[in-house]
Amino acid sequence: MSTSKTAATAGMAARWLAALKTPVGAVSAAMLLSVLTLAVLAPILWSGQAEEINTRAILQGPSPEHPVGTDSLGRDLFFRLLVATGLSVKLALAATGIGVCVGLVLGAVPSLLSRRIGRLVTAFVNIAVAFPGLLLAMFFAVIFGVGQTGAVLAIGFATAPSFARLTQTLIATQSERDFIAAAKLAGVGRVQRLIRHILPNIAEPLVVTATIGAGSSLLAFAGLSFLGLGVQPPAYDWGRLLNEGLNDIYLHPMAALAPGLAVVIAGLAFNLFGEAVAKTLGAPTPFAGKGAAPQRVRPTAVESSADVEPSTSSRESSAVLTVSDLFVSFPGPAGPITPVRGVSFSLAQGEAVGVVGESGSGKTQTALALAQLVEYPGSVTASRLEFLGQDQLSSPSPAKRQLLGTSFAMVFQDPMKSFNPTMRIGTQLAEVAQRHQGMNRRQALARAADRLRAVRVPAAERRLRQYPHEFSGGMRQRAMIGMGIMGNPALIVADEPTTALDVTVQQQVLRLLSTIKEENNVAILLISHDLTLVGQVCERVLVMYAGRIVEDLPATDLAERSLHPYTQALLAAVPDMETDRNQPLAVVPGRPADPSNVPAGCAFASRCPKADDHCTREDPQLVQQEDGHRVACWHPSRGTGQRVSVELKLPAAALQGEAS
Amino acid sequence: MSELRFEQVSVRFGGRRGMTAVDGVDLTVPKGQVVGLVGESGSGKSTLARAAASLTPLSAGQILFNGRPLRPKRGEHRPLQMVFQDPHSSLNPRMSIGDSIAEGIPRAGRGDAASRRAEVERLLGLVGLDPQRASSYPGQMSGGQLQRVALARALAGQPEVIIADEITSALDVSVQGTVLNLVRDLQRELNLSMLFISHNLAVVRYVADAIAVMYLGRIVEQGPAEQILSNPQHPYTKALLAAVPGNGSTGLSPGMSDPAVQAVSDAEPADPHHPPTGCRYHLRCPIGPLVLPGRDVCREADPEPEGHSHAAACHFADGSLMAGKAGLL
Repeated sequence: MSTSKTAATAGMAARWLAALKTPVGAVSAAMLLSVLTLAVLAPILWSGQAEEINTRAILQGPSPEHPVGTDSLGRDLFFRLLVATGLSVKLALAATGIGVCVGLVLGAVPSLLSRRIGRLVTAFVNIAVAFPGLLLAMFFAVIFGVGQTGAVLAIGFATAPSFARLTQTLIATQSERDFIAAAKLAGVGRVQRLIRHILPNIAEPLVVTATIGAGSSLLAFAGLSFLGLGVQPPAYDWGRLLNEGLNDIYLHPMAALAPGLAVVIAGLAFNLFGEAVAKTLGAPTPFAGKGAAPQRVRPTAVESSADVEPSTSSRESSAVLTVSDLFVSFPGPAGPITPVRGVSFSLAQGEAVGVVGESGSGKTQTALALAQLVEYPGSVTASRLEFLGQDQLSSPSPAKRQLLGTSFAMVFQDPMKSFNPTMRIGTQLAEVAQRHQGMNRRQALARAADRLRAVRVPAAERRLRQYPHEFSGGMRQRAMIGMGIMGNPALIVADEPTTALDVTVQQQVLRLLSTIKEENNVAILLISHDLTLVGQVCERVLVMYAGRIVEDLPATDLAERSLHPYTQALLAAVPDMETDRNQPLAVVPGRPADPSNVPAGCAFASRCPKADDHCTREDPQLVQQEDGHRVACWHPSRGTGQRVSVELKLPAAALQGEAS
Repeated sequence: MSELRFEQVSVRFGGRRGMTAVDGVDLTVPKGQVVGLVGESGSGKSTLARAAASLTPLSAGQILFNGRPLRPKRGEHRPLQMVFQDPHSSLNPRMSIGDSIAEGIPRAGRGDAASRRAEVERLLGLVGLDPQRASSYPGQMSGGQLQRVALARALAGQPEVIIADEITSALDVSVQGTVLNLVRDLQRELNLSMLFISHNLAVVRYVADAIAVMYLGRIVEQGPAEQILSNPQHPYTKALLAAVPGNGSTGLSPGMSDPAVQAVSDAEPADPHHPPTGCRYHLRCPIGPLVLPGRDVCREADPEPEGHSHAAACHFADGSLMAGKAGLL
């Protein structure tokens, strides 16, 4: 399987090449290349000129004949500078090599040996990291005598501890991963695990650090030679030249400045290149921070297209939220990615609506767009977006912010991420009331305690003074809901609020949401991947697929009166407590649509048992069927009520479908 | 008889102030059977699985395979393999899936490169993947496909027992079904014993022959699947069953009358670092001392699983049996 190995290296090479496309990366790579070329060629080509003694031209300043001047023996400094590149770079690389090798060994040893010896090595490395490099250099100078060997060893050993520590940390993070456990189970030994599984996965950051380390070694070497601890005459490197040039700096400044400049350029070349590569390796992808630390992007209006307007005029009057033609898109490497493609619906007062779909169906992005929390590179457009009768598409105003702050509540999947870990729960809850309701601190805290009691957090006053990490997952989620009802919300958007919780706790949180809805007449938009759960809490269910609503139906119709094949397939695919254990589960063939590459026509066509030519050509619109039921399908038909429909029972074909 | 038997297994983490993640567990996975292990996060189910796979050392008790302690030596055949929750993290991203699977083939019968490749292709076919994809990298495959690869790697070791730790919870619902079908088919075809861990009772019900319920490091109830599901004895099992959406739970209506029951059902899960005295469930128990008077025994004495049907560790499980005992006395 040698071809596969080259494929892996190709992937790594592609990421390094990406670094070259950035301006800093391109410039530093060019610099690095010229420094290295010079280091190889200069000693071969110009050694003669550099060592040619000319007693008639001693200590001259720059002239057309000698661009940088001459030294005390009349040797041309320009050529000496070029030839010195060889030794300077060679010694720097040698020192880095020693540092990397020793560091790798010290870093890897704790994972190979017994725990006790490993701990000893780690302690040694920790002490060594704190040891100053210059002191080490003097120490080695005493042992090996002043000269190149001592300096190389000194710098090498001085860089080793930090490299060892990095290696240790990286190995430790990789060792936690499941594939290491799997390799252990397969009987792969420690050394093999390290070589086959761990090192390839930590190579990139190590190589980057080594590159940056080479730049630092170069500077350190110049420093040592300058101090007289490094290269000794007649050999010379940049530090040596700097040392010699410094004596006459007031007469011939160039003799000292030029080697200094050379050191700076070469050092920068190594460091900048390392930094540029490190940056591209760590560059986040557009989808990376889903929902985390969102920056607001304001939705913009687009031309309304009348035919997709939801014709729910009876609901309009009491609508809390009305959305038409909502699009969310992000710039992607190959054209824009559009996770939400024209979503239209409205929510009545006190209505609980569920949004279900698989990952990538656009349900979370829809919720973030409604809360105006789509992350920066994303853009949101809609022909209509109204919250409590107020247009959210025009520019923001204090009144609007006030309305959103008090009437719109959002509950996220991971409550640990949505609370500030350094602030007390009480302060965070009170902030809402202080900011939007003009309460003072005391009033706001009283309100917060009241709200915590409302979400049934025991010992509310004491809890207010605690930090988020002192709350259990379920309690934190309750506090999050409590924060949402600090004002008088008209709408709570809950994005997978129970996915991170245990089943028994999940039930508590859902019960709480239902109670709040009943008591305060709050509309709830519950986003989940779990159809049965949504059906339990909500009155209406929106089924999303590939960024569109494919079906909008009353929850009571879910079991037997759904019309879209995707809804029916989802229902059949999930085992419940009544599933026949002797039958294979129904499966949805194929895999969910990729938001960066949505096929033409109906996005579900490739997985649909009813699909025909028409489906692959034209995208069905969401059409009103009968009271409140909307569906986007060319062949809508009632589910038979049977859990496993004949068309879907094709496990072999399905396996192939997903495999291909 | 290739059965996996846990005998009084305990796993402790940390020193004196550490926690006991698994506390005196007795459990048997009979040959060719699937035992489902359910419980909430922090109950110790994954720790028990890792202990069985000797990825975590035991602090007490032993794990027997066919009556002998499971202590695999280097290069020896390992009768037990494990499939993990997150397929993206359980496969080395820098190794082709073919190489990953080949690594699982036992050293003894590994043979030359050609026979190894043939074996990899056979395994890929077995889990319903195109054998041509052996040279693909994990980054090029979907979660469902990767979970199949992980299964193929586990099967490469020719195991007799497979431990499946939440293998479908990271997958989309439409893909979950295909993986469950595959696991069931393979288990029956190869007559594997299996410890199937999941927090989803409906999924466990679909694959498992027997069910064990874990709470705070202990098994509070175990027995044949149908019996546990139709006639649960331990109040925690009942709570778990009631929490399954759509399981006839009248569910979310807030009309619960008794404030004591209400408070108990809203209680926080207990902290595994400081487990409560007596019965570990008594702070959340709707038939415990916080709701019914005169049940102080739950606070003081640790219930034994003996003497009740399904080995339910509850003082008041299986009321008739207790009443019978009381009558005899």
